[in-house]
Amino acid sequence: MTPNASTVLNPMSIPPPVDGNTKMSSEDLRVSFNGNEVLHGVSLAMPRCSVTAIIGPSGCGKSTFLRSLNRMHDLTSGAKVTGSVLLDAVNVYADDVDAVLLRRKVGMVFQKPNPFPLMSIRDNVLSGLKLTRTLDRKSADITVERALKQAALWEEVKDRLGSPGLSLSGGQQQRLCIARSLAVQPEVLLMDEPCSALDPVATARIEDLIHSLKGDYTIIIVTHNMQQAARVSDHTAFFLQGDLVEFTPTGRIFTSPRDSRTEDYITGKFG
Amino acid sequence: MKKGERSLLGEHIFHGLCVAAVVVPLAVLVILLTGVARDAVGRLDWAFLTSFPSRKAELAGILPALVGSIYVIGLTAVIALPIGVGAAVYLEEYGRRSKLAGLIEINIANLAGVPSIVYGLLGLGVFVRAFSMGRSLLAGACTMALLILPMIIMVSREALRTVPGSIREACLALGSTRWQMIRQAVLPMALPGIMTGAILAISRAIGETAPLIIIGALSYVAFLPDGIDSQFTALPIQIFNWVSRPQAAFLINAAAGIGVLLTTMLVLNGIAVYLRNRLQRPTS
Repeated sequence: MTPNASTVLNPMSIPPPVDGNTKMSSEDLRVSFNGNEVLHGVSLAMPRCSVTAIIGPSGCGKSTFLRSLNRMHDLTSGAKVTGSVLLDAVNVYADDVDAVLLRRKVGMVFQKPNPFPLMSIRDNVLSGLKLTRTLDRKSADITVERALKQAALWEEVKDRLGSPGLSLSGGQQQRLCIARSLAVQPEVLLMDEPCSALDPVATARIEDLIHSLKGDYTIIIVTHNMQQAARVSDHTAFFLQGDLVEFTPTGRIFTSPRDSRTEDYITGKFG
Repeated sequence: MKKGERSLLGEHIFHGLCVAAVVVPLAVLVILLTGVARDAVGRLDWAFLTSFPSRKAELAGILPALVGSIYVIGLTAVIALPIGVGAAVYLEEYGRRSKLAGLIEINIANLAGVPSIVYGLLGLGVFVRAFSMGRSLLAGACTMALLILPMIIMVSREALRTVPGSIREACLALGSTRWQMIRQAVLPMALPGIMTGAILAISRAIGETAPLIIIGALSYVAFLPDGIDSQFTALPIQIFNWVSRPQAAFLINAAAGIGVLLTTMLVLNGIAVYLRNRLQRPTS
């Protein structure tokens, strides 16, 4: 079977168009660092309240793409972003968009758990809110419980909310970081290889968590673990050397990829 | 013969050298301090601490110098810390890529090596004369602040650099502004390092004599400073004054003065270390 045959036969492999169901999309997004372009015009429409996985070998630009969605490149010297990223049809790179307010809507979880070391578990959850406003104790308690329950961490830490965030295990720290992001009540959650520093048990817990969150949040997850993409995502985008090669429902990409490069990657011929 | 024996020998030699590097300076210091202590111990009493200087060695006390030193150091810290930390935050967090920051950086490194007497002359020209502060506590403290600023800026920058980028990213991804990020996460984490550097810098300022002599701190003071515009003297100046007298009794006074100076330094450092350790504790 040639990879291209399935495109014709199977309408499911056509990427979802930008429509009312799209939460975030990029159009001809190019990112360069010090004049060296690493993302060559990516257009991708990520559906609302579902999980979009971005896979590809190291250096393919998947993290660069993810970080351009909440304008994290603003802080990198020499980084230049062109094209547009739309969040609910608003271009986040427009002049009148405040990157700080954007990041409250588009939260991010990083590769390595990075709880604030000087803060307790409770304060870590509240950190995003405390940065921006003052909270009375009661609403703070409610927020902490809600966020920790959403992040499936509440049962493990409810009796020691005052102990340092760093006293938790790696997997718990990562769920704490997820709770911290959720406490700000974002609409989109970007996850940059959130399980790569975790053991399989902790990974399974995070994956369960992603499943339970997707009803309420639009989740975009970068992973170089294809099994993980297959397990958690609804749609999968395959990046290679700064280009988007293929974007289809996850079920399709692993069974009948359209592009031979995708097939080579998922069958382990390279990467 | 065997490979292991030779490297073991090297290990022992290196270990011995390291021990010597600690023991030799320490021994010299102990000899010095015991010498001073032997001379000082009979002279150090409450009257010495609470008396004004006198032409009679046995009646002379160190009160104005002690109070003057504490005032100068306190004021120096108040002036130098906010400016030094502020400059470091600018250079590390805001201006890291600008050419201006690069230029400033080279100059700060240079300034740290400028002899203190040059700062004294600068203080005399700028604070005492041009700003008409006179030979006041404020002029002394400003000069001292200038002297320790490069050191405070450099150690603060080092401390800020030890805060991992992941913490900055975590803050920004939560929707904080740069200021909120610096205030809530970066500075608290850098604070122990900043405090350690500040303690060292301020300890240096306590012992500095040359700049204070240049800007005209008095060597004979029969009053206590009553404000930041008051004239003053400081411990090292009083000690210098006593040492340069011919009478042996004044040398004993100088030894006692050194004892007071070292104790003051220890107490101030102790307070700073205590503060640092308190700040280091995670909040709950």
